[in-house]
Amino acid sequence: MLSCKDVTRKLSESLDRELTLAERLQLEMHLAMCQGCRNFKKQMGFLRLVCRRYMAGKTSSDSDT
Amino acid sequence: MLGCNERVGKMSDPQLPWMSDEAIGAIRRDMIKFARLQLRDATMAEDVVQEALVAALANGQEFAGRSALKTWVFAILRNKIVDLIRLQSRTTNVSALAPDEESLDQSFETLFKGNDHWRPEDRPTNWGDPEEALRQQRFWDVFDACLKHLPENTARVFMMREFLEFETAEVCRELRITVSNCNVILHRARNGLRRCLEKNWFLGGQQAC
Repeated sequence: MLSCKDVTRKLSESLDRELTLAERLQLEMHLAMCQGCRNFKKQMGFLRLVCRRYMAGKTSSDSDT
Repeated sequence: MLGCNERVGKMSDPQLPWMSDEAIGAIRRDMIKFARLQLRDATMAEDVVQEALVAALANGQEFAGRSALKTWVFAILRNKIVDLIRLQSRTTNVSALAPDEESLDQSFETLFKGNDHWRPEDRPTNWGDPEEALRQQRFWDVFDACLKHLPENTARVFMMREFLEFETAEVCRELRITVSNCNVILHRARNGLRRCLEKNWFLGGQQAC
Protein backbone atom coordinates (compact mmCIF):
# COMPACT_ATOMS: atom_id res chain seq x y z
CA MET A 1 0.00 0.00 0.00
CA LEU A 2 1.40 3.38 -0.97
CA SER A 3 1.85 6.02 1.72
CA CYS A 4 0.84 9.64 1.12
CA LYS A 5 4.51 10.53 0.81
CA ASP A 6 4.97 7.88 -1.92
CA VAL A 7 1.88 9.19 -3.65
CA THR A 8 3.25 12.74 -3.85
CA ARG A 9 6.34 11.34 -5.59
CA LYS A 10 4.31 9.27 -8.04
CA LEU A 11 2.04 12.21 -8.81
CA SER A 12 5.03 14.42 -9.52
CA GLU A 13 6.55 11.74 -11.77
CA SER A 14 3.27 11.33 -13.60
CA LEU A 15 3.88 14.84 -14.98
CA ASP A 16 7.18 13.68 -16.44
CA ARG A 17 6.60 10.17 -17.68
CA GLU A 18 3.76 7.74 -18.28
CA LEU A 19 3.22 5.64 -15.19
CA THR A 20 2.95 1.88 -15.59
CA LEU A 21 -0.43 0.21 -15.26
CA ALA A 22 0.54 -1.22 -11.87
CA GLU A 23 1.60 2.23 -10.64
CA ARG A 24 -1.63 3.76 -11.86
CA LEU A 25 -3.72 1.14 -10.12
CA GLN A 26 -1.86 1.60 -6.86
CA LEU A 27 -2.32 5.35 -7.16
CA GLU A 28 -6.03 5.09 -7.90
CA MET A 29 -6.57 2.82 -4.92
CA HIS A 30 -4.91 5.31 -2.65
CA LEU A 31 -6.61 8.35 -4.15
CA ALA A 32 -10.03 6.76 -3.76
CA MET A 33 -9.53 6.81 -0.02
CA CYS A 34 -7.44 9.92 0.55
CA GLN A 35 -8.80 13.45 0.21
CA GLY A 36 -5.42 15.04 0.99
CA CYS A 37 -3.74 13.26 -1.92
CA ARG A 38 -6.67 14.02 -4.24
CA ASN A 39 -6.15 17.68 -3.40
CA PHE A 40 -2.42 17.27 -3.99
CA LYS A 41 -3.11 15.78 -7.40
CA LYS A 42 -5.36 18.70 -8.37
CA GLN A 43 -2.75 21.14 -7.13
CA MET A 44 -0.09 19.49 -9.32
CA GLY A 45 -2.36 19.79 -12.33
CA PHE A 46 -2.99 23.43 -11.53
CA LEU A 47 0.74 24.08 -11.21
CA ARG A 48 1.31 22.73 -14.72
CA LEU A 49 -1.49 24.92 -16.04
CA VAL A 50 0.02 27.96 -14.32
CA CYS A 51 3.37 27.29 -15.97
CA ARG A 52 1.80 26.93 -19.43
CA ARG A 53 -0.10 30.19 -18.99
CA TYR A 54 2.98 31.89 -17.62
CA MET A 55 4.90 31.11 -20.80
CA ALA A 56 1.92 31.80 -23.04
CA GLY A 57 1.54 35.20 -21.39
CA LYS A 58 5.19 35.90 -22.12
CA THR A 59 5.11 34.91 -25.73
CA SER A 60 1.68 35.74 -26.99
CA SER A 61 -0.82 38.32 -27.88
CA ASP A 62 -2.07 39.53 -24.51
CA SER A 63 -1.02 43.10 -25.17
CA ASP A 64 -1.91 43.18 -28.86
CA THR A 65 -4.95 45.06 -29.91
CA MET B 1 15.74 46.86 -53.44
CA LEU B 2 12.63 45.89 -51.59
CA GLY B 3 11.42 43.05 -53.78
CA CYS B 4 8.46 41.38 -52.17
CA ASN B 5 8.38 43.82 -49.26
CA GLU B 6 6.10 46.23 -51.11
CA ARG B 7 3.72 46.46 -48.18
CA VAL B 8 6.42 47.94 -46.02
CA GLY B 9 7.98 49.85 -48.87
CA LYS B 10 4.92 52.00 -49.39
CA MET B 11 5.41 53.68 -46.08
CA SER B 12 7.84 56.52 -45.88
CA ASP B 13 9.08 55.32 -42.51
CA PRO B 14 10.11 51.68 -42.52
CA GLN B 15 9.79 51.64 -38.73
CA LEU B 16 6.69 49.57 -37.99
CA PRO B 17 4.35 50.82 -35.28
CA TRP B 18 4.81 47.82 -32.98
CA MET B 19 8.55 48.22 -33.26
CA SER B 20 8.40 51.49 -31.39
CA ASP B 21 10.91 51.97 -28.59
CA GLU B 22 8.06 51.58 -26.19
CA ALA B 23 6.93 48.23 -27.61
CA ILE B 24 10.45 46.85 -27.69
CA GLY B 25 11.06 48.21 -24.22
CA ALA B 26 8.05 46.28 -22.90
CA ILE B 27 9.20 43.05 -24.52
CA ARG B 28 12.71 43.63 -23.24
CA ARG B 29 11.47 44.04 -19.66
CA ASP B 30 9.57 40.74 -19.89
CA MET B 31 12.62 39.02 -21.32
CA ILE B 32 14.92 40.32 -18.60
CA LYS B 33 12.53 39.21 -15.91
CA PHE B 34 12.41 35.75 -17.43
CA ALA B 35 16.17 35.48 -18.00
CA ARG B 36 16.89 36.63 -14.45
CA LEU B 37 14.64 33.98 -12.99
CA GLN B 38 16.29 31.35 -15.10
CA LEU B 39 19.92 32.43 -14.77
CA ARG B 40 19.83 34.11 -11.34
CA ASP B 41 22.42 36.59 -12.52
CA ALA B 42 21.39 40.13 -13.43
CA THR B 43 24.37 40.93 -15.67
CA MET B 44 24.17 37.65 -17.52
CA ALA B 45 20.45 38.15 -17.97
CA GLU B 46 20.88 41.65 -19.45
CA ASP B 47 23.57 40.41 -21.81
CA VAL B 48 21.65 37.44 -23.06
CA VAL B 49 18.51 39.52 -23.63
CA GLN B 50 20.50 42.11 -25.55
CA GLU B 51 21.98 39.39 -27.76
CA ALA B 52 18.60 37.82 -28.37
CA LEU B 53 17.00 41.14 -29.29
CA VAL B 54 19.80 42.10 -31.63
CA ALA B 55 19.68 38.68 -33.26
CA ALA B 56 15.92 38.91 -33.69
CA LEU B 57 15.85 42.43 -35.11
CA ALA B 58 18.96 42.03 -37.24
CA ASN B 59 17.39 39.04 -38.90
CA GLY B 60 15.25 41.43 -40.90
CA GLN B 61 12.27 39.16 -40.79
CA GLU B 62 8.86 40.76 -41.13
CA PHE B 63 6.60 40.25 -38.17
CA ALA B 64 2.85 40.12 -38.44
CA GLY B 65 2.43 42.07 -35.22
CA ARG B 66 3.93 42.50 -31.86
CA SER B 67 3.05 39.01 -30.66
CA ALA B 68 4.87 37.42 -33.58
CA LEU B 69 7.98 39.43 -32.74
CA LYS B 70 7.65 38.44 -29.11
CA THR B 71 7.31 34.75 -29.91
CA TRP B 72 10.34 34.97 -32.15
CA VAL B 73 12.61 36.76 -29.65
CA PHE B 74 11.57 34.42 -26.87
CA ALA B 75 12.46 31.43 -29.04
CA ILE B 76 15.91 32.95 -29.56
CA LEU B 77 16.19 33.78 -25.88
CA ARG B 78 15.28 30.20 -24.94
CA ASN B 79 18.11 28.83 -27.08
CA LYS B 80 20.59 31.30 -25.67
CA ILE B 81 19.59 30.51 -22.10
CA VAL B 82 19.94 26.80 -22.81
CA ASP B 83 23.46 27.39 -24.10
CA LEU B 84 24.35 29.30 -20.93
CA ILE B 85 22.86 26.61 -18.69
CA ARG B 86 24.90 24.03 -20.57
CA LEU B 87 28.03 26.06 -19.92
CA GLN B 88 27.16 26.61 -16.27
CA SER B 89 26.45 22.92 -15.73
CA ARG B 90 30.09 22.19 -16.46
CA THR B 91 31.13 24.17 -13.42
CA THR B 92 28.26 23.65 -10.99
CA ASN B 93 27.25 20.38 -9.45
CA VAL B 94 23.47 20.35 -9.68
CA SER B 95 23.13 17.10 -7.77
CA ALA B 96 24.93 18.42 -4.68
CA LEU B 97 22.42 19.29 -2.01
CA ALA B 98 22.61 22.97 -1.05
CA PRO B 99 21.60 24.02 2.50
CA ASP B 100 18.40 25.71 1.29
CA GLU B 101 17.44 22.54 -0.58
CA GLU B 102 18.11 20.44 2.47
CA SER B 103 15.89 22.64 4.61
CA LEU B 104 13.12 22.50 2.00
CA ASP B 105 13.32 18.69 2.12
CA GLN B 106 13.23 18.71 5.90
CA SER B 107 10.17 20.90 5.94
CA PHE B 108 8.52 18.50 3.48
CA GLU B 109 9.19 15.61 5.87
CA THR B 110 7.42 17.43 8.69
CA LEU B 111 4.14 17.31 6.74
CA PHE B 112 3.86 13.60 7.46
CA LYS B 113 3.26 11.42 10.47
CA GLY B 114 5.53 8.50 11.32
CA ASN B 115 3.62 6.25 8.91
CA ASP B 116 4.21 8.70 6.03
CA HIS B 117 0.59 9.81 5.86
CA TRP B 118 -0.39 13.49 6.04
CA ARG B 119 -0.61 15.17 9.40
CA PRO B 120 -4.19 16.43 9.54
CA GLU B 121 -3.10 20.07 9.82
CA ASP B 122 -0.74 19.76 6.86
CA ARG B 123 -3.05 17.92 4.48
CA PRO B 124 -3.20 19.68 1.08
CA THR B 125 -6.34 21.78 0.93
CA ASN B 126 -8.99 22.12 -1.71
CA TRP B 127 -8.15 25.15 -3.83
CA GLY B 128 -11.65 25.39 -5.19
CA ASP B 129 -11.68 26.88 -8.67
CA PRO B 130 -8.05 27.95 -8.93
CA GLU B 131 -8.38 29.13 -12.52
CA GLU B 132 -10.09 32.21 -11.21
CA ALA B 133 -6.71 33.15 -9.75
CA LEU B 134 -5.09 33.20 -13.18
CA ARG B 135 -7.09 36.29 -14.08
CA GLN B 136 -5.68 38.27 -11.20
CA GLN B 137 -2.41 40.13 -11.52
CA ARG B 138 -1.73 39.73 -7.81
CA PHE B 139 -1.73 35.97 -8.22
CA TRP B 140 1.04 36.24 -10.81
CA ASP B 141 3.03 38.46 -8.44
CA VAL B 142 2.74 35.80 -5.75
CA PHE B 143 3.72 33.09 -8.24
CA ASP B 144 6.79 35.10 -9.28
CA ALA B 145 7.78 35.57 -5.66
CA CYS B 146 7.37 31.83 -5.01
CA LEU B 147 9.58 30.99 -7.99
CA LYS B 148 12.27 33.38 -6.79
CA HIS B 149 12.06 31.80 -3.37
CA LEU B 150 12.99 28.32 -4.68
CA PRO B 151 16.60 27.23 -4.23
CA GLU B 152 18.67 28.06 -7.29
CA ASN B 153 19.34 24.62 -8.76
CA THR B 154 15.88 23.39 -7.88
CA ALA B 155 14.38 26.34 -9.73
CA ARG B 156 16.64 25.81 -12.71
CA VAL B 157 15.63 22.19 -13.18
CA PHE B 158 11.97 23.05 -12.69
CA MET B 159 12.05 25.91 -15.17
CA MET B 160 13.86 23.85 -17.79
CA ARG B 161 11.14 21.26 -17.49
CA GLU B 162 8.07 23.50 -17.19
CA PHE B 163 8.95 26.74 -18.95
CA LEU B 164 11.49 25.70 -21.53
CA GLU B 165 9.55 22.44 -21.91
CA PHE B 166 12.43 20.03 -22.04
CA GLU B 167 11.68 16.35 -21.65
CA THR B 168 12.94 15.07 -18.32
CA ALA B 169 15.58 12.95 -20.08
CA GLU B 170 16.93 16.07 -21.80
CA VAL B 171 17.10 18.00 -18.53
CA CYS B 172 19.10 15.16 -16.98
CA ARG B 173 21.42 15.00 -19.95
CA GLU B 174 22.00 18.76 -20.12
CA LEU B 175 22.68 19.05 -16.40
CA ARG B 176 24.40 15.68 -16.12
CA ILE B 177 22.24 14.29 -13.36
CA THR B 178 20.50 10.92 -13.06
CA VAL B 179 16.80 10.48 -13.81
CA SER B 180 16.04 9.64 -10.20
CA ASN B 181 17.85 12.76 -9.05
CA CYS B 182 15.90 14.76 -11.58
CA ASN B 183 12.66 13.32 -10.20
CA VAL B 184 13.68 14.23 -6.66
CA ILE B 185 14.48 17.80 -7.68
CA LEU B 186 11.24 18.26 -9.64
CA HIS B 187 9.24 16.85 -6.76
CA ARG B 188 10.99 19.26 -4.39
CA ALA B 189 10.26 22.20 -6.68
CA ARG B 190 6.61 21.33 -7.21
CA ASN B 191 5.98 20.72 -3.56
CA GLY B 192 7.80 23.94 -2.64
CA LEU B 193 5.71 25.96 -5.08
CA ARG B 194 2.51 24.22 -4.04
CA ARG B 195 3.11 25.09 -0.40
CA CYS B 196 4.14 28.63 -1.21
CA LEU B 197 0.97 29.22 -3.26
CA GLU B 198 -1.19 27.56 -0.65
CA LYS B 199 0.24 29.67 2.14
CA ASN B 200 0.46 32.98 0.32
CA TRP B 201 -2.52 32.83 -1.98
CA PHE B 202 -5.08 30.15 -1.31
CA LEU B 203 -5.01 30.38 2.48
CA GLY B 204 -4.10 34.04 2.45
CA GLY B 205 -7.69 35.19 2.67
CA GLN B 206 -8.27 34.93 -1.08
CA GLN B 207 -11.12 32.54 -0.73
CA ALA B 208 -13.53 31.55 1.97
CA CYS B 209 -13.01 27.78 2.07
